[in-house]
Amino acid sequence: MAKYVDKELPSLTKAQIAEEIHQRIGLSKKECLEIVQGFFTALADSLEEGYAIRISGFGNFTLHDKGPRPGRNPRTLEEVPIEARRVVVFHAGQKLRKRVDGYAAKRK
Amino acid sequence: MTAGKAADTEDIEEAPSGGLTRNDVIARVVGRFPHTPPEDVADAVRVVLEIMTEALAEARVIEIRGFGSFCLHYYRPILGRNPRNGEPVALGGRYVPHFRPGRLLRRRIEKSRVPIKD
Repeated sequence: MAKYVDKELPSLTKAQIAEEIHQRIGLSKKECLEIVQGFFTALADSLEEGYAIRISGFGNFTLHDKGPRPGRNPRTLEEVPIEARRVVVFHAGQKLRKRVDGYAAKRK
Repeated sequence: MTAGKAADTEDIEEAPSGGLTRNDVIARVVGRFPHTPPEDVADAVRVVLEIMTEALAEARVIEIRGFGSFCLHYYRPILGRNPRNGEPVALGGRYVPHFRPGRLLRRRIEKSRVPIKD
């Protein structure tokens, strides 16, 4: 497994998403930025409240409770306990995977 | 949780669950904008997801401050096996979207102890 990114392309940010929505559906730039912001805030709030999020076609954000385990500082090799914690995991849905696979096919 | 299990669960995206669906999320966003027509907010949210999909489909990184970032992970081609009959199956190199939660989101979630509604 390796991280793969097209370094030629600038990364997509909230501001750019907002600009793009503005061009596509004509809401004001200010409203678009607020909605983009509101969308990610709603996702984060929901996850904090313990809700998994399932967006069909895009993917699922699920929550997992991890037990405590002994850890180690890799630099000093010192043992540091890792506390029980909750993590969020994203799994891309079928449609998103297909679209991404289309990219892979294009590169071959 | 194993990768295999993960692959199975994603196919039941429409299954009834205690989690939130796209429409639940849209309703939550709509609720934050009492002065914008709900249909406009809903459209905007759908377009956000479309734009994110398009970005990932060109291997573009998505960086959302405070929430996290999305990029692609590449898995080399491997010789897999059909678990039922043991026959070798060639699995081509794959690109899979990956999400890395941001520090703020991780911090908000890791201490949360409310029951998980999945």
